[in-house]
Amino acid sequence: MKDFRAQVEEQRPYLLRYASLQLRDPAAAEDAVQETLVAALAGEKSFGGRSNLRTWLTGILKHKLIDAIRKSGRETQIESDEALEALFNESGHWKTFPPEWRSPDQSLEQKQFFAALEMCLEGLPEKTARVFLMREHMGLETDEICKDLGVTPTHVWVLLYRARMALRKCLEMNWFDVGRKPGRL
Amino acid sequence: MKLLNCKEATSLASQGLDRRLGLGERILLRLHLAVCDGCSRVTRQFAFLRKAVRQLGKDGR
Repeated sequence: MKDFRAQVEEQRPYLLRYASLQLRDPAAAEDAVQETLVAALAGEKSFGGRSNLRTWLTGILKHKLIDAIRKSGRETQIESDEALEALFNESGHWKTFPPEWRSPDQSLEQKQFFAALEMCLEGLPEKTARVFLMREHMGLETDEICKDLGVTPTHVWVLLYRARMALRKCLEMNWFDVGRKPGRL
Repeated sequence: MKLLNCKEATSLASQGLDRRLGLGERILLRLHLAVCDGCSRVTRQFAFLRKAVRQLGKDGR
């Protein structure tokens, strides 16, 4: 059996990918992973082989990422989202009806789909992406996100809504490209 | 009760993934989705996004 250090080291690429999704700053992601590995090696006893190593390391990494996010500062402004406003007319109804996506579940089998998804995530405003990933990738609840970012629940829900709307639009254009001309129902 | 427009309905559908909606909100949302294919699709797409993002970074994705 490989020694603990080697097993932990093996997880580095996975952890780095996880951290890079949450933090846009590669150096900060690197730091968080490094701190995680150091903490893991120091805490070998508390792991004790009782759970999945990757799950355990990811748990440590989440704490490090949240620390990094806290350090990177808190702001409370919500700016307007013009791309979102442009989807609806004055009475709040669709200007262009959103089309059905063709077999979305099959996309989950395709590596290129995840590349497209990541590209769309990169296109989100930084804070919107951060809140969305804390919620959907880390699986944090609203109140945890509020505490970590120093924002209100309403603010979090606005940003999550914007993220979902922007991502679905981006995937529609760049992946599901349903071959309809703009403006047609 | 005032009926929802599409913007309000999609916003509520999104919040439904993050908090428990009140009874009034759930009724209004259901009424809207029952007659609006566009918002129903978007609601399904939100759920799909959640599923997709959870898989991101796993098994080389």
